Amino acid sequence: MLEIKNLHASINGNEILRGVNLKVSAGEVHAIMGPNGSGKSTLASILAGREVYDVTDGQVLYNGQDLLEMDPEERAREGVFLAFQYPVEIPGVTNSYFLKTALNSIRKHRGLEELDAVDFLKMVRERMKLVEMEESFLNRPVNEGFSGGEKKRNEIFHMAVLEPKLALLDETDSGLDIDALRIVADGVNKLRRKENATVVVTHYQRLLNYIVPDFVHVLVDGRIVRSGGKELALHLEDKGYELMREGSETTARRG
Amino acid sequence: MDQRSHYQEQFNAFERTLNGDAASPVHALRRTAMGHLQQVGFPTSADEEWRFTNVQPISNRSFTPSIQPPASSLTSSEIEKLTVPAQDRFVFINGHYAPWLSSVKVPNNVRAISLAEARSTDRQMIERHLAHSVKGTETGFTALNTAFLFDGLYLHVPSGVEIAEPIVLVYVADRSAAETVIQPRNLIVLEERAAAKVVEFYVSNDGGSYLTNAVTEVVLGKRARLEHDKVQFESLSAFHMAVTHVAQSKESVYRSNNFALGGKLVRNELTSAMNDERCECTLNGLSLGTGEQLIDNHTTIDHAKPNCNSWEVYKAVLAGRARGVFNGKIFVRKDAQKTDAKQTNKTLLLSDEATIDTKPQLEIFADDVKCTHGATVGQLDEQQVFYLRSRGIGADDARDILTFAFADEVVGHVSIEAVRDRLEQIIHLRLDEGRVA
Ligand SMILES: Nc1ncnc2c1ncn2[C@@H]1O[C@H](COP(=O)(O)OP(=O)(O)O)[C@@H](O)[C@H]1O
Ligand SMILES: [Mg+2]
Repeated sequence: MLEIKNLHASINGNEILRGVNLKVSAGEVHAIMGPNGSGKSTLASILAGREVYDVTDGQVLYNGQDLLEMDPEERAREGVFLAFQYPVEIPGVTNSYFLKTALNSIRKHRGLEELDAVDFLKMVRERMKLVEMEESFLNRPVNEGFSGGEKKRNEIFHMAVLEPKLALLDETDSGLDIDALRIVADGVNKLRRKENATVVVTHYQRLLNYIVPDFVHVLVDGRIVRSGGKELALHLEDKGYELMREGSETTARRG
Repeated sequence: MDQRSHYQEQFNAFERTLNGDAASPVHALRRTAMGHLQQVGFPTSADEEWRFTNVQPISNRSFTPSIQPPASSLTSSEIEKLTVPAQDRFVFINGHYAPWLSSVKVPNNVRAISLAEARSTDRQMIERHLAHSVKGTETGFTALNTAFLFDGLYLHVPSGVEIAEPIVLVYVADRSAAETVIQPRNLIVLEERAAAKVVEFYVSNDGGSYLTNAVTEVVLGKRARLEHDKVQFESLSAFHMAVTHVAQSKESVYRSNNFALGGKLVRNELTSAMNDERCECTLNGLSLGTGEQLIDNHTTIDHAKPNCNSWEVYKAVLAGRARGVFNGKIFVRKDAQKTDAKQTNKTLLLSDEATIDTKPQLEIFADDVKCTHGATVGQLDEQQVFYLRSRGIGADDARDILTFAFADEVVGHVSIEAVRDRLEQIIHLRLDEGRVA
């Protein structure tokens, strides 16, 4: 589904990603772990189409298409979804209007009929339950005045409505208490399908107790320095990232 | 021909049509005003108050005052389409009252009639209030309006009467408006504890290139409350000059929502004088400029007495080569202790060539006061645009949604749903045009 080959990216001349290789297939859950500042969000943002980064080398294929050539909205319509580490506040635009516009843009692209207000409401009500959100959030401006946890939940709610093929979750666990974490993780798990893939970005192992990954990758200084199964996350919890930095062996999964 | 002699000649012709009216006190006002116009002429950019707004495109031309009522085939449903459905509606075509398109169902003791009629039926009130509040501040434009003073709305709400239904004024420039100057004159008087909502619409029905030169005077008695909405959606080749003057008595509340959405060269002067204690004054404004439009808002809030509050938020969205001007004066007189005044001016520039000149002007002579002001000028937030796009919303739609949200905040202050709906329609329309331009 997704193939990242030797991706190099920089901002203002600072190289942040220095040759990332990663392959994600349908049905899989991957975790990308790494210390703060290692480039996890940069990688996720580049995949979603944020234009502030310069990709200086490498390639990203998404279902055979050159992902980096596509506009952010095209990627979303083709099924890429990013749950932001810092969800953006949009004053004056209600959550429901925002989602309806997004959903209908995606549906239109896929040749589906646009949902009218009634059908849309029926659908979002059902999806809200998945993340235990109150309906009042529909009529509030997107993320404005939401607590940290509410913002994260709102991201997963968006995901539940838009039904992406490739979900990138950037630190969706940060700022959540244990109950909220469980709710969010449950939501993500319920949305798992064998034709979809999920990439979970985190620097804590905690979330991975709930969303169990098939593969774990360790990103340090803009490179994946180690890949393995879910036990790698536990290993990291014990040993920390410092060891990785030294033993910088690049074992990108499945070549 | 020199413009002053042009308008003098027009005035002489106008006088000849007046017969008995020429002996009325109102005509004395007209003559004085014409004299004033002859003296001061139209402002130029050498005048500090007009530095950013060059009115030469107006003063170079010879507009003909619209003295005879035009023949017009406008229908009630056409008016409704241009404005809003309304129970109480006054329609003026090229400045002339059109009773067949108007309907008024206000309570019996409320006077809501055309000013032309009120001048004979309600003489005392007219003489007491007409041209009083603007006295001493008249520019050439105000003088021109007074010189040809003829018609508009006269609204008088007696003590204790609250009108729930809005009174909608429709100034429509019809096809025959081209090259004319349309000069509405409104007088709104609310006595003690009276309350009302007045909505002014300025619209065009293929009006072409004309000049609207409007003057509105508002007198608020003790504890009176007025919501005063103005929707200016003139032809994009029209000129719009408007002066609104509000005199507030003790504990009165004035709320203005001012929308400048059309016109080629637009100037709004809005002044509220809080002449007694514990008044409230709220001024909200939105300008939407595209193409070559110039939209100038000059507001003045005069805190003359203690314990008055004022809030002011003026926003502008400027695209293409549009220009905006905002000048917000707040006077806090020596007497006006415990004043609370807050002013904000926010501008969204959608193109590199759009510009705004913004100037807050606070003059504070009292010491125990709370006055704040702030101005921001910026573009759309790229992070917000990206957030929308990353959810599948197209780039143009994302920009429109954010721009609309910025503008719509001002619409939210209008309490009349039909007016809000119409405003949102117009804003969408203008944003679509702006995108093309
Ligand atoms: N927009 C940006 N401008 C400047 N520097 C940035 C920007 N985004 C990321 N960086 C830098 O890139 C590095 C990686 O950041 P980031 O991808 O956010 O790391 P992580 O998500 O792993 O904590 C950091 O050193 C950060 O300061
Ligand atoms: Mg990060």
